[in-house]
Amino acid sequence: MGLTLATTVLTTSAGAASTPGVTSTSITIGATVPLTGPAAPGYDEIAPSMNAVFDWVNAHGGVFGRKINYDYLDDGYNPANTATLTRKLVLQDNIFADVGSLGTPTQAAVQSFLNSQKVPQLFIESGCDCWSNPKFPESFGWQPPYTVEGKILGAYIKAHFAGEKVGYLTQGDEFGQDFIKGLDMEIPSASVVSRQTYDASTLAGPLSNQVAALKAAGAQVVAMATIPAATALAMLPAAAIGFTPQYVISNVGADSPTVGPLLSSFTSKGGGSAAEAAATAGLLNGVITDAYFAPESNVSNPWVQVEKKLMAKYAPSTYAKYGLDGNVQYGVALAYTFVQALQAAGKNLTRAGLVSAIEKSGKKFVTPGLVPLSYSGSVHFGFQGAEVIKLSTSAPPAVTPTGSWMGSTPVSPVEVTNVGSGPVRTYTGKPSAPPQKLVSTS
Amino acid sequence: MSGAGNLADADLLPGTPPDAAGADRSWLRHLRLPEQPLARHLILALGGGGILYLVTSSLSPYNDFLVGEIALYLIALAGLSLLTGVNGQISLGHGAFMAVGAYTIALLMTHTQLNFILELLASVGAAAVLGVVIGVPATRLKGPYLAGMTLLLALALPPIADKWSSTFGGDQGLTTTVPTAPGNINPEEWLTWIELLGALITLVLLANFLRSRFGRMLRAVRDDEIAASLAGIHVARTKVTAFVISAACAGLAGAFLGLSTGVVSTGEFPLPLSIQLLAAMVIGGTGSLMGMWWGAVLLVYLPQWSTSISSHLNLGSDVSAYLATIIFGAVLIVAMIAAPSGIQGGLRLAWGRAVRLWSGLTRKQIQPTRTG
Repeated sequence: MGLTLATTVLTTSAGAASTPGVTSTSITIGATVPLTGPAAPGYDEIAPSMNAVFDWVNAHGGVFGRKINYDYLDDGYNPANTATLTRKLVLQDNIFADVGSLGTPTQAAVQSFLNSQKVPQLFIESGCDCWSNPKFPESFGWQPPYTVEGKILGAYIKAHFAGEKVGYLTQGDEFGQDFIKGLDMEIPSASVVSRQTYDASTLAGPLSNQVAALKAAGAQVVAMATIPAATALAMLPAAAIGFTPQYVISNVGADSPTVGPLLSSFTSKGGGSAAEAAATAGLLNGVITDAYFAPESNVSNPWVQVEKKLMAKYAPSTYAKYGLDGNVQYGVALAYTFVQALQAAGKNLTRAGLVSAIEKSGKKFVTPGLVPLSYSGSVHFGFQGAEVIKLSTSAPPAVTPTGSWMGSTPVSPVEVTNVGSGPVRTYTGKPSAPPQKLVSTS
Repeated sequence: MSGAGNLADADLLPGTPPDAAGADRSWLRHLRLPEQPLARHLILALGGGGILYLVTSSLSPYNDFLVGEIALYLIALAGLSLLTGVNGQISLGHGAFMAVGAYTIALLMTHTQLNFILELLASVGAAAVLGVVIGVPATRLKGPYLAGMTLLLALALPPIADKWSSTFGGDQGLTTTVPTAPGNINPEEWLTWIELLGALITLVLLANFLRSRFGRMLRAVRDDEIAASLAGIHVARTKVTAFVISAACAGLAGAFLGLSTGVVSTGEFPLPLSIQLLAAMVIGGTGSLMGMWWGAVLLVYLPQWSTSISSHLNLGSDVSAYLATIIFGAVLIVAMIAAPSGIQGGLRLAWGRAVRLWSGLTRKQIQPTRTG
């Protein structure tokens, strides 16, 4: 009975010319993201921001007349939930593609399932090295791999802090390990005096031991792959013991509208006065990090202006709550990348057609990114470049509904590299301007 | 039914015919299952398996997947029901035993080319070993102290996997692969059948075990440890064995969870998993095996229902984050008021009443002929 049923299903799907999730008037896509649970703060802004782009596109007639339905489900960052919900999206809701799902363990859990079902797993929200793998042709990363970030920041440390003692403080998982891999390719091992890690799942109090060890080792530069809370939990005890190294932090852990409030709230919770709490945001002054698109504080940037208008009109509640912070910008840019992939795939939309369109024309997609996407037949990473920036009180601030946060200034040219042994090179191309007309349906 | 005291006993035996002594039901005798436990349980399992085969064959692949999830949670719940319901020991750490089973199969799949059945047995074995480690000190603890110790286990185990991330894959986890399905059977259906087979084998073994001398020892220890030891029962050994069997079941369930998720990582075994297992066990019917079907269905479908409720009502993420837990709590309260011995206990009570009513009616009809 099982056999007959399976055969019937196969014949029907082969007989019908239609693509799952695609009709003449609509495209249904899905995702699993943490809307609740420990990973939700910050990351729960991304999917609603993506949806704002799709609403914008739909209001302008959709792509080739097809409106985009974005069905994003909450997996609470638990891979077991991701496995069930992704099967619901693919087997029951018949999504065309999985777009903008978040997390390394969660997406690793469904990578094999999505690939075996030939469902594109697009623009995974994670910097793991594992998304560009010939074994999984349907999977595509999007943000710079952590190794690439590590190499660019490592090269900056080597060039600007030559001879100084360097300490590492990293998350004890592949986020930290990939970042270290990049740093170690650039920084001479003799200058690394201490390698400290912390455990994300038990992160509750100040990282005092790690900070004390870094101080004892005499670290003058501390390179960190930390989530925002861990950044704050390292900087506060360091300041308390008078340890003021040059911080060099991965993009993930150095968004000032995210880290600034954490510094203040941890200080108040620790018994600090309101004035002390307010002053701690100043610890971010001078922090070096990297950025792969124009920060929200750069109000003259045309992308930032478009993003503000878009969010105010199509996701007013998210915009009122968070403004245009790094997570919102991330969602808008990622969704816009997908819209262009649909355009490139053409009117006769199929899953295979979409994947080959990204491989063929992904490099030419218009995005807010400082470097072009690097998709090709063999590379399924998105951005592989960034510029080094310095947070500074003298730069124009980032203003969000939660307050006014430290702005930043670029301190290096835009640089590109890859996850392998390729050199860190200066990128000379110009970033693309936002399109005049959002969607061409020709 | 000879009173509430025997309720748990009656519950443990799937399909025990209601004891309607005195009623003339000779024609029913042909329909009766054999009294010999193994034969009886095997017939029930074969019948149940046949029905489940037909059901899963007609379901969509997604629903098949959910049936498989029900089967795997059923295995863990049955073991927990034995430990808590039959032996009177509480465990708030069953998620940790599941994690051990899952990591064992994932490690074996990563590093060896072992036979799939052997990999499953190794998962069961590894969890059983942890069962010994936890079960021995547990014999000295009772009630809240035992709950506290097992709770600690659920909290302490995941960070170990994070600490040695090169072995356990850290945050990213270890991938698992389901053995290739023969012919063109749908992979979801194939995994579901494997899980259902595992569940049925577990149920037959446990049901048989509970009808054996050892099953009676478990209950004797639960009811009165001093009386049990006066009767010659080695109390500590009995309690440790209960822990080992329960942990072994959780190990198998964990291995299946690892297979159906595709990845084994620490995020799959959060504390709420252990607590929901306990709640589902209580709702299903503490001490019952068949009642665990209800608990497992609830564990799998409740998050789905809560998601659709919160999206229909457009609830904010602040509410929807806790909706499943709230519904779980509400169901637990309602179950405790309406059916203190869980859904299975409530059904059994209703069934017993219906049978008595029915046999009472028939007896009245038959009586004139007999006396006359």
